[in-house]
Amino acid sequence: MTTAINLAYILASILFIYGLKMLGRADTARRGNTVSAVGMLIAIVATLLLGGLDYIWVVVGLLAGGLIGLVAARVVKMTQMPEMVALFNGSGGLASMLVGWAEYIRDPSPGVVTAIAIFFAVLVGAVAFTGSVVAWAKLSEKMPGKPILFKGQQPANALIVGGAVVLGIIFVITPPTAYPLLLIVIALSLVLGVLAVIPIGGADMPIVISLMNSYSGVAALAAGFVISNNVLIVAGTLVGASGLILTQIMCKAMNRSLANVLFSGFGAVSTAGTMKVEGEVKPITAEDAYFILEAASSIIFVPGYGMAVAQAQHAVKELADLLERNGAEVRYAIHPVAGRMPGHMNVLLAEANVPYEQLVEPDDVNPTMEMVDVAVVIGANDVVNPAAREDASSPLYGMPIINVDQARTAFVLKRSMNPGFSGVDNPLFFKPNTRMLFGDAKSSIQTLVSEFKDAVAA
Amino acid sequence: MTMLLLLFIFVLSIFLGLELITKVPSQLHTPLMSGSNAISGISIVGALAATAIHGTFGTVLAVLAVAFAMINVVGGYLVTDRMLAMFKTGKKE
Repeated sequence: MTTAINLAYILASILFIYGLKMLGRADTARRGNTVSAVGMLIAIVATLLLGGLDYIWVVVGLLAGGLIGLVAARVVKMTQMPEMVALFNGSGGLASMLVGWAEYIRDPSPGVVTAIAIFFAVLVGAVAFTGSVVAWAKLSEKMPGKPILFKGQQPANALIVGGAVVLGIIFVITPPTAYPLLLIVIALSLVLGVLAVIPIGGADMPIVISLMNSYSGVAALAAGFVISNNVLIVAGTLVGASGLILTQIMCKAMNRSLANVLFSGFGAVSTAGTMKVEGEVKPITAEDAYFILEAASSIIFVPGYGMAVAQAQHAVKELADLLERNGAEVRYAIHPVAGRMPGHMNVLLAEANVPYEQLVEPDDVNPTMEMVDVAVVIGANDVVNPAAREDASSPLYGMPIINVDQARTAFVLKRSMNPGFSGVDNPLFFKPNTRMLFGDAKSSIQTLVSEFKDAVAA
Repeated sequence: MTMLLLLFIFVLSIFLGLELITKVPSQLHTPLMSGSNAISGISIVGALAATAIHGTFGTVLAVLAVAFAMINVVGGYLVTDRMLAMFKTGKKE
């Protein structure tokens, strides 16, 4: 029986590997997800055949968790996806933490390696849990998205990490008598997860979510060493690695190091560049904007977090359809860190049925920006800030941006003149070819849509 | 020996993981993240096995672990599928 179960685990591992590989390619992604889900089902069923389990409680746990997961996945709105993914990350981390803890309850005198694994499973699992919960709270605005900084924050964090490690070492040496120490390690790790994420601002959440994703994998990996189980080790490591790669992609898109994201409290203080912003802001009415759009033959939409907040994706798609019917070429330039999670804008536009051939990355669109008649910036700010290119003293300097300032005309849809998340002024607003369309992004777009419809009717 | 074997598997998996996902197009960042996140719910295997523990407190921990891992697994896979289904209809048009 044990052999059969282990063979099933090997099969599950193979399916995870294939599934992940397929997830990385557009045409196979959906099947890849199914393949990996089948792997998970096989792993679960195989484990149920283990015998000696408390089957009544197993069913209770499976049903309760399954039901919550099912409902959550069904009712979540696409705009709330970052929060949802954060919560799923957190529950995975918590599960790994509990597995490590429960294993110690089962056998309070584990070997050295197992004890080390318990320590790591508990530590990383707890950090992934509370870290993700804080990320969720920030994303859903249950707490302020701004970085929360206090004096001595980094020494405090270092002290907690140091304390947990020292207790962990003692725990590993004398596990049977060290139960209270394990409990303290759990408590410290839970606090650490909170402290690690509160200094990180809302716009850096794509990085935090991918990092928490990686942690939840590492926690599962550690749990795998705790119970000496291959499939946990393989699956956990794969997730840890893929999370790390995503984190790296996000950091690169912001031109910042991971350490800078984690510790700097970026955006907490307004550190405006020294470059003097010259020129004046030129507002435009929706009616005038319509005339320019009507005459344009090449249009690029540049969405940002503001589009998600205003839930403007459907209105944008409607406007894009009208523009296309009017003979214009419409594309969407997506910056990798626009929004609050990796790929956030892609998900929203897909929800609005935007064909993904129209989605282009900054590198593809920047070289031909001079040929674009109108670039419509919808609730994006830092990712279109030319200071990143021109002002060496700006905190954004060096970040790859979408060069909308080089388009023939740039419309910026914005509520007010407030700077973006980074707190850096945006010289784009003062450029001669920029027009500001103030107001809620969704209603501005809707006004443009009705201008078009009126014109057709007339 | 068992531990060495596990370590061996672990090290190979690191390299496999880093090779597996190299250049991901940005429209797949979210599904890749939530899909791999669902895989991290694999700790459900450990959680299920832990229900074999005798004693109330151990069982409580194990059942909680099963429930949370299951949220991760079911929610993660379904939400990923929902997103990828949208991408598909987008492509057809």
